[in-house]
Amino acid sequence: MQKSNRKMLFALIVFLSLFPVVVLNVGAIGHYLDVMIFVGIYSLINMGLSLLMGYAGQISLGHAAFFGLGAYTSGILCTKLSLSPWLAMPAGIFLTALVAYIVGVPSLKLKGHYLAMATLGFGVIVYIFFNEEVALTGGPSGFSDIPGLTFFGLDLNNELYYYILVWSLVVLTLVFSLNVINSRIGRALRSLHDSAVAADAMGVETSRFKLVIFVLSAAYASLAGSLYTHYVGFLSPSSFDFFLSIKLVMMVVVGGMHNIWGALLGTWLLTFLGNEWLHVFRDFDILVYGAVLLAIVMFLPEGLVDLSPKMKRLWKRS
Amino acid sequence: MERISLLGQLTQYFFTGITVGSIYALVAVGFNIIYNVTEIINFAQGEFVMLGGLIMVFFTATAKLPLPIAFFLTVLAVTGVGALMERFTINPLKNATVLTMIIVTIAVSILLKGIAMFVWGKDPYIIPPFSGSKPIFILGAAIQTQTLWVLFITAVVVVLLSFFFKKTRYGKAMLACADDPEAARLVGIRVNIMILISFALSAAIGAVAGAIITPISLMEYDRGALLALKGFGASVMGGLGSFYGAVVAGILLGVIESLCAGFVSSGYKDAVALLLLLLVLYVRPSGLFGNVEASKIKEF
Repeated sequence: MQKSNRKMLFALIVFLSLFPVVVLNVGAIGHYLDVMIFVGIYSLINMGLSLLMGYAGQISLGHAAFFGLGAYTSGILCTKLSLSPWLAMPAGIFLTALVAYIVGVPSLKLKGHYLAMATLGFGVIVYIFFNEEVALTGGPSGFSDIPGLTFFGLDLNNELYYYILVWSLVVLTLVFSLNVINSRIGRALRSLHDSAVAADAMGVETSRFKLVIFVLSAAYASLAGSLYTHYVGFLSPSSFDFFLSIKLVMMVVVGGMHNIWGALLGTWLLTFLGNEWLHVFRDFDILVYGAVLLAIVMFLPEGLVDLSPKMKRLWKRS
Repeated sequence: MERISLLGQLTQYFFTGITVGSIYALVAVGFNIIYNVTEIINFAQGEFVMLGGLIMVFFTATAKLPLPIAFFLTVLAVTGVGALMERFTINPLKNATVLTMIIVTIAVSILLKGIAMFVWGKDPYIIPPFSGSKPIFILGAAIQTQTLWVLFITAVVVVLLSFFFKKTRYGKAMLACADDPEAARLVGIRVNIMILISFALSAAIGAVAGAIITPISLMEYDRGALLALKGFGASVMGGLGSFYGAVVAGILLGVIESLCAGFVSSGYKDAVALLLLLLVLYVRPSGLFGNVEASKIKEF
């Protein structure tokens, strides 16, 4: 792992350890721990999206579907078949990865706008499926009473424990992703991002690597979905609609899509904005989201992670 | 209970289908105009339709203007939105990647949706049909008069656009940009202005679609995305960039969807259109009617 990444990772772990200590001791922001759990869940999805968008240069406007597939598989297996959540989770990941593979083979042959529309269409189809298969999914009103997680008799349905669980998984996934980036696949992906034709000509199996990353990102989203299900205990299709797919892409872009740390930063910022700081706007958060996204793409196309280097460049010039 | 004959049912679904299909066709044509000049797929295309519907509601129901004036002002207002969008978001981003362009148009669509929700709230709105609400009976099916308006106005738009692209200087200049922007620039066409016109024109077509469909299907702030998706489906099916292909595919899509809603399952009717979109993308990305030589694909 690169030195800069090791430093960042260390800083992240220190922050994560101090966060609950501070938050739980300041009454007014005690519920930030709950928000932070959602940040962790969305971070899992967005690290995959970052690999896909920032490193492989492919867009997906359907990741809410993979998130939903993980969530529903866990939810259905645990309530209807009373399976252990720890078995349902890998089952969900397997199923989602399989679906991603089946969708990915033809989709990733498409480029740019076609790929965006194909993934968008896929996302909406899955959403309609969640709504219509009432016997299986409970339809638009969803279903509840999904059991929480326990760990060798320890009930994890407590904010602090769940925080530790989710963020441990985020850190593990992050380390894994950083290794992917610095592996042969990562190098191949970067070459693909610059020029797919050149990469092809150099003998890089571009289509296979694109597919690997697509399936991997779907697996991350599925894991996030399972964690979401067991934390919230209730599922309905509206949590996995097409606007979520857009929001996920937004988080990655706002943070900086060419940098996996950017995905974490964007997720953290937009989740806190959406769940906490934009409450004054209530339903009109969508207006703010649109404006923020537009401003970032127009004026800071590399995302927020580019803010301080950009400032430095401007400073030097003046 | 009165039994409706199969023929009556079929006629009913067919008319519903071509009505909705006309709207998909107009959205698809809007996609194509921008795509041809800029190679951008404008994800905010559906939002133009939504705005067209809601602004029409404002001018007829709130401002109580006579229908033709309201219609004209609606189209004018949305055209302005399209032009502004191009000037402030597309024009400043020279040489942006496809990914950036996708995200910019998505951002604009979210923004427009947000503004619409801010102004009109979340409830759907309806306006009275253009000429009376008494249906006409054809082969045992009740056809709303508004359906005829939709078909008539769609036909007018198609004819006017054909004329614009075949006979007028600006239309020909836009086709030239579509063919080869560099060459167009060399012969003195201001590509910059053509891009602006393409956005304005697309917005205008979207506004027309929104204004004529609102009396039938109502309109609310979040209708844009699905309309855009289906319109895109139609434009891909017809071969991206192909004018008549888009019209035929749009109407076809509407009819298939309507028959599916009638005979199979209404819940899955949206999924059918999207499955068709995926199938066409996977199997035949050049579109059902896209098998003409390359130059003709871009021909309007």
